[in-house]
Amino acid sequence: MTAHIAPLAADPVSPNIERRTVLAVENLGLSLRNADGLLPIVTDVSFSIREGEAVALVGESGCGKSITASAIMGIAPDNSVITGTITLNGKVISGLSPKDRRKLCGRHMGFIFQEPMTALHPTLSIGRQMTDTLRHNLGLGQAEATNRAAELLDRVGIPRARDILKGYVHELSGGMRQRVMIALAISCGPSLIIADEPTTALDVTIQAQVLDLLDDMRREMNLAMLFITHDLEVVGDFCEKAVVMYAGDVVERGLSADVVQAPAHPYARGLIDAVPAHDDGRTRLTPILGTVPPVGQWPEGCRFAPRCNRADDQCRARPALERHGPTDARCWHPLETMA
Amino acid sequence: MLPYLGKRFLLILPTIFVPLILVFLLLRLSPGDPAGMMLGDQATAEQIAALRTQLGLDQPIWVQFLLWLKGIVTLDLGNSIFFREPVMQIIPRYAGVTILLTLVALTLAVLIGVSMGLVSAMNRNKPIDRGVVTTAVLGISLPEFWFALLLIFLFAVTLRWFPVAGYNPPSAGIVAFAATIFMPALALGVRQSALMTRMMRSSMLDVLNEPYITTARAQGLPESTVIGRYAMRTAAMPVITVAGLSAGYMLGGAVTIEIIFALPGLGRMLVEAVGRRDYPLVEGGVLTISLVLAVLNLAIDLVYAILDPRIRYQ
Repeated sequence: MTAHIAPLAADPVSPNIERRTVLAVENLGLSLRNADGLLPIVTDVSFSIREGEAVALVGESGCGKSITASAIMGIAPDNSVITGTITLNGKVISGLSPKDRRKLCGRHMGFIFQEPMTALHPTLSIGRQMTDTLRHNLGLGQAEATNRAAELLDRVGIPRARDILKGYVHELSGGMRQRVMIALAISCGPSLIIADEPTTALDVTIQAQVLDLLDDMRREMNLAMLFITHDLEVVGDFCEKAVVMYAGDVVERGLSADVVQAPAHPYARGLIDAVPAHDDGRTRLTPILGTVPPVGQWPEGCRFAPRCNRADDQCRARPALERHGPTDARCWHPLETMA
Repeated sequence: MLPYLGKRFLLILPTIFVPLILVFLLLRLSPGDPAGMMLGDQATAEQIAALRTQLGLDQPIWVQFLLWLKGIVTLDLGNSIFFREPVMQIIPRYAGVTILLTLVALTLAVLIGVSMGLVSAMNRNKPIDRGVVTTAVLGISLPEFWFALLLIFLFAVTLRWFPVAGYNPPSAGIVAFAATIFMPALALGVRQSALMTRMMRSSMLDVLNEPYITTARAQGLPESTVIGRYAMRTAAMPVITVAGLSAGYMLGGAVTIEIIFALPGLGRMLVEAVGRRDYPLVEGGVLTISLVLAVLNLAIDLVYAILDPRIRYQ
């Protein structure tokens, strides 16, 4: 594993304001220990998120994006072996004990999960779940915590907050559930929010509302946000930067506008071509041929090579993540920038 | 909540009446006759016929049934043919022992089952888990009467901690009561506790994989709260179901244990009453057991409704 960390492209949003780095992930690797030894799931993932910045972690199912998030959260499976460094607000947290990692959750990191119906407790009231968190993390009393919970629900756009606090998750609509999840995630004033496909389980009409809410929260609270998704439209619209993963590797990294419009990695290009566009007159989508190789059966060298029409002998050696045009890509034969 | 409980209450009625009808019919279908039993071998056919008329046994079966139903409504279950005193006075003398035995056995079973199941789930696939699972399989396989004899041999004969058999009611003092109820309750509860151990373990392991447990952890809640409140709340449901079934099983299955430990309970009373063809007493006994079971089930439904808000709306 190399210690190489490519510098990110310049920040066009607010070039004059120095923004504090909230989360830095450097050369993160995660393997699962099983009877046959170590099974690598994620190798060499590096990226950072600054305050007020949303970074998308993009990839197909099984590319390792969710387990990367669980490693950052400190809730990876018990048989995980994690390498690399995770730094939160300037403090290295990757070496901390599970107990100390747990203390960071809620207070410093908030989490939003894919399916709020199952991610919220089915038989504890919404209020109970929120006040448990507030009381434990902020040391509030029951009455204070209840007031705070009502304010939070109000803030995420839930009407009749006091009534909803007494209710249960099955009584709410999908969009309301995800709003409650968001209220819970921001309840203790974290500096980082990790959202794991927060809109995948929602109706299309609700998706936009929830995305807007997340965007508002990011702005209002100056939150660093890690947005795990496979939806490239979301990436372009809501995230400043994008990190594209394939088979446990970061294959492309840069400003989302560059990644979406001028990707250097053939896989990123393929992902974009596989998305129906509204206005370019294409009648057929271009799928990426083949499937993601399962964990444990990754090819040597470039893991995308077997599905790549640009692959040649050179791709049998592992490429490094290097600057190609405006973005960083892990490719021997990057695409020309379409400038 | 109230409509739910009302519905549950209505469902109790068949639970009570179906066994009663069955027992009423089976008793009268079985050979032997209370009049014949009472008068012995020397009685003449006329004497028996006279006694049958006196006991109302010569009337058509549906008339007998209706009369008995009328008795239930007016709280008069008739007189025991053998004891010649009202069934309503005899039953309470025996029912208390059986109900107490069942409750103590159920408490022991739940305490043992829940704690062992939790320890097992928390230490999944470690030696302690394997030990608990093996013990549970052993516990399920043990016949109760054999375990009862084992307990007597160990605690009464060898260690001399408890009397071999007999019964002290709670009015004799809690220590005296505990000394006579502990072994029978343990013998009656051990199989159920093994079932509950397994249920608790698998239920807890299932729940620990639920996303809302990940959420609770991701909110920074300590593991004790995550397990004790967030996981237990849902993991306990199947165990409560098993506890309800166990209670029914124990009420009906206490006979062997009552006989081994010479406890003056309903089970023993029923066996003797069946032998004597004491129709009113058998029917009264079955009615009592059905009622207790129905009340227990209602209590369990209530616990369900308290623990799971989704049930209240169904």
